[in-house]
Amino acid sequence: MNATASVKVPFWLNPKVRAVFYQIAVVGLVGLLAWYLISNTLTNLEKQSVATGFGFLSKESSFEIGESLISYSSASTYARALLVGALNTLKVSFVGVVLTVFLGAVVGVARLSGNWLVSKAAGVYIEVMQDIPVLLQLFFWYAIFYETLPSPRQALNPVFGVFLCNRGVAFPMPVSHPVYALMLVAFALACAGAFLLRRWARKRQARTGLPFPVVRVAAGLVLGLPLLIWVLGGAPLEISVPELKGFNFTGGMTLSPEFIALLLGLVLYTAAFVAEVVRAGIQSVSKGQQEAARSIGLKPALVLNLVILPQALRVIIPPLTSQMLNLTKNSSLAVAIGYPDFVSVANTTINQTGQSIEGVALIMMVYLIFSLSTSLFMNWYNKRVALVER
Amino acid sequence: MGPASLTEAEDTIKPPVTSIGVVGWIKSNLFNGWFNSILTLITVYGLYKIIPPFVRWAFIDSVWLSRGEACREAAGACWSIVTTNFRFILFGFYPYDLQWRPLVAMLLLFVLLFMSRYRRFWKKWFGYTWIAGLFSMGLLMKGGLFGLASVESTKWGGLPLTLLLSVFGLTAAYPLGVLLALGRQSRLPMIRWICIVYIEMIRGVPLISLLFMGSIIFPLFLPEGVNINSILRAQIAIILFTAAYIAEVVRGGLQGMSKGQYEAAESMGLNYYLTMRLIILPQALKMVIPPTVSILISAFKDTSLVVIIALFDLLKTSQTVLSNPEWMGFSREVYLFVALLYFLGCFSMSNYSRKLERELDRDL
Amino acid sequence: MNTNQKDAAAAAHDPIIEIREMHKWFGEFHVLKNIDLEVRRKERIVICGPSGSGKSTLIRCINRLEEHQRGRIVVDGIELTNNVKNIEKIRAEVGMVFQHFNLFPHLTILENLSLGPIWVRKVPKRQAEESAMYYLEKVQIAEQAHKYPGQLSGGQQQRVAIARSLCMAPKVMLFDEPTSALDPEMIKEVLDVMIELAQEGMTMIVVTHEMGFAKSVAHRVLFMDYGQIVEGNTPSEFFDNPRHDRTKLFLSQILH
Repeated sequence: MNATASVKVPFWLNPKVRAVFYQIAVVGLVGLLAWYLISNTLTNLEKQSVATGFGFLSKESSFEIGESLISYSSASTYARALLVGALNTLKVSFVGVVLTVFLGAVVGVARLSGNWLVSKAAGVYIEVMQDIPVLLQLFFWYAIFYETLPSPRQALNPVFGVFLCNRGVAFPMPVSHPVYALMLVAFALACAGAFLLRRWARKRQARTGLPFPVVRVAAGLVLGLPLLIWVLGGAPLEISVPELKGFNFTGGMTLSPEFIALLLGLVLYTAAFVAEVVRAGIQSVSKGQQEAARSIGLKPALVLNLVILPQALRVIIPPLTSQMLNLTKNSSLAVAIGYPDFVSVANTTINQTGQSIEGVALIMMVYLIFSLSTSLFMNWYNKRVALVER
Repeated sequence: MGPASLTEAEDTIKPPVTSIGVVGWIKSNLFNGWFNSILTLITVYGLYKIIPPFVRWAFIDSVWLSRGEACREAAGACWSIVTTNFRFILFGFYPYDLQWRPLVAMLLLFVLLFMSRYRRFWKKWFGYTWIAGLFSMGLLMKGGLFGLASVESTKWGGLPLTLLLSVFGLTAAYPLGVLLALGRQSRLPMIRWICIVYIEMIRGVPLISLLFMGSIIFPLFLPEGVNINSILRAQIAIILFTAAYIAEVVRGGLQGMSKGQYEAAESMGLNYYLTMRLIILPQALKMVIPPTVSILISAFKDTSLVVIIALFDLLKTSQTVLSNPEWMGFSREVYLFVALLYFLGCFSMSNYSRKLERELDRDL
Repeated sequence: MNTNQKDAAAAAHDPIIEIREMHKWFGEFHVLKNIDLEVRRKERIVICGPSGSGKSTLIRCINRLEEHQRGRIVVDGIELTNNVKNIEKIRAEVGMVFQHFNLFPHLTILENLSLGPIWVRKVPKRQAEESAMYYLEKVQIAEQAHKYPGQLSGGQQQRVAIARSLCMAPKVMLFDEPTSALDPEMIKEVLDVMIELAQEGMTMIVVTHEMGFAKSVAHRVLFMDYGQIVEGNTPSEFFDNPRHDRTKLFLSQILH
């Protein structure tokens, strides 16, 4: 008696058929919408006689860019201009991320401090910085530069060689000397050496039980080896100090107001969010873990390194990566204060060539590359450190 | 060691005096060990360097009600730039004598928001009240009916514009975000992929690129002759942007639902639509209210970006005042004022979110 | 019962833990009042009492997880003060087993056990792991050595926690309600381990509600209430002839 097998289900009630039907309907709708939008766009573009395609990239850009890491002039191509913009974005993002992680970690730990004053001060910083839009903070810092700071002739001089004025911040830089390249090599070698030292110390401790002061020796190596090279290279002391010549400073290194304002705004804003992430991560480790580690007799530094931090970092790293991505995305606001990041350069390009679709598509593509690679990294990290449970 | 004595005299021994009371608090909170003591001293010194000069600049030497020239002679803050241009900063180019209308609209919004704080109001009639409220706000701003003079949307600006973009943005983005989240969970691969692509793409790009897309590219999508005004373009971009973030938050709520809920609904014979509407969504959405409020706070802050596409929100009206030669050079004062407005708004929202989270935790 | 009394008599006479006139306050709340306690080597003490009586706080003062404000605590000849070096020395000699196990979830069972010996006693890794396996076998859980705490049941985790403390070769073991967080069917496996430990002569102070354990293993049972040690006696005397009314009330509530 196989009743079920012989009953035929009408096809419009069959879930499989329905599934296919819904999907076809949705894809069809989306496709129809896309076709409608695209055909309109093509018509409109033709009417306005705007070119399509990426041919404009090889044309001459004929605009200047305020600051650039590579050589660039108004005779360079649009492609090169966009590259300059992308490098500027990377520059401010990289420096910004480093500073933010540092500041955010300090403020986050301060928030947990037993010292009431420090904890409250950190709390006020976090609350205030989180609640003011980042663009407003950027405008504020930028205004400080061109309104509050004096002209180069009356620049503020808080410390020898450092000048603050409305053209930026100038500070002394060592004059280029071959020894510096060697010092960089020495630094890289010292870092590698520190790494190997750690591995050797681990093996030795496993074998004999004796711990080795890895941190102190490694620090000495990383600081000392370049210093040694410097001394051997004749201890060049020549520093280029900024000097007022005419209307501006020459010598030393100058950071533009746009760069500093962007950096300040982004770092102060994002660090408030990072502080909360760090605080939540540290608090996520239950008090019992610390008690168990202490009752075995571990010293506080070891309790932190072996028990607290590994667990806290698992909770901190994913949202921290999101905040780093937010900082990179927020750097796009540079267009509002005139720092030539990628969006800013792309915007100028769009204004000049009229090819808005290609321009906006390029902007979105560049940021998508950042975001997707960060997502991939985070997925990999999460899988790798997931706590094993049953 | 026999039984301890149980005389009541034991209870009158007091703890050491340096561990209780004000002295005890100061000792354990501020001077607990040499490291903390140094920190306290450094912090106090830092505060001493910052706070008195600021108070002097902002309050003692400041000028409150005068014109630009008097401001330039004063050593302190020029708050007159705010007090004199108050109405322009807040309302933008809205006709001067009709400004009571956006004011009433904003008050209406604040009343509705305030009532939303109290969960005993969360009933069906309240939802309808909200819809009627939003409708009236739109009417007050636009006019054209009931004898109200019509005001073109190009003249809308300042705080009402900021609030409009955030509130309408979140309200419209919410259903779209829920649909996207449901689509992302769907077992039908085409639907799931379309939702994933949308969500990841929107979340991966900065809002500014979407605003550019909105203001430059949307007009190209439309056939000849059809025009949408610039506010609507920005609003659509904000809605599309916020919906992706809401989708992720709702997805978190859906994933937090136990499988047993789905199974119980299925075994009762409820179809997909009823299961979602009656069982799953009410619980999941309630669980994710705190992160949703945080998206509202972000949307409120993000509307400031429309200054870049030349819409006259709170930031742009401030900058317009600053470009007036009489008031040039007082950016700090104006920006501090605007920052205060944003801070008040965001702080009350995040405070509310924390309170709500505590209440919801207790409930569960 | 006879073996217990013989053990007690044969035990060395100098106390391993001495607490004299100890008081502790949490703010204004007087949580421990005039505690006098002497624990001899190889002695096994069970502390019972209603919740809030200060039992856990008392044993947590012994390894300085809590700080006492008045009185003296001396462990193995070292006085417990703010001197950090002394505190660390004492903690290496005193093992603690917690109610909620507190195993380190990011390390394997083997790593949980060898952490202390490697970093505190500076023992080479292989030796630490060998001794870890020895103790794991003792608590009958050697086959789980390479698993993570999250993969074990509550009873298994608590046995691992006991083994983790034993790896430091402590002179005294403190137990803070070791079976209170366990499902009933897992309590026996943990108590069995504790009984075996007792039979090997470990000095133990156990805060627990398991009266069967107290009767079979303890030299002394102490009753605490409102921060004071109300009375203490051998198990037979304690359970059959409680002297104070509060003790009688408590016993009537838990032994029914």
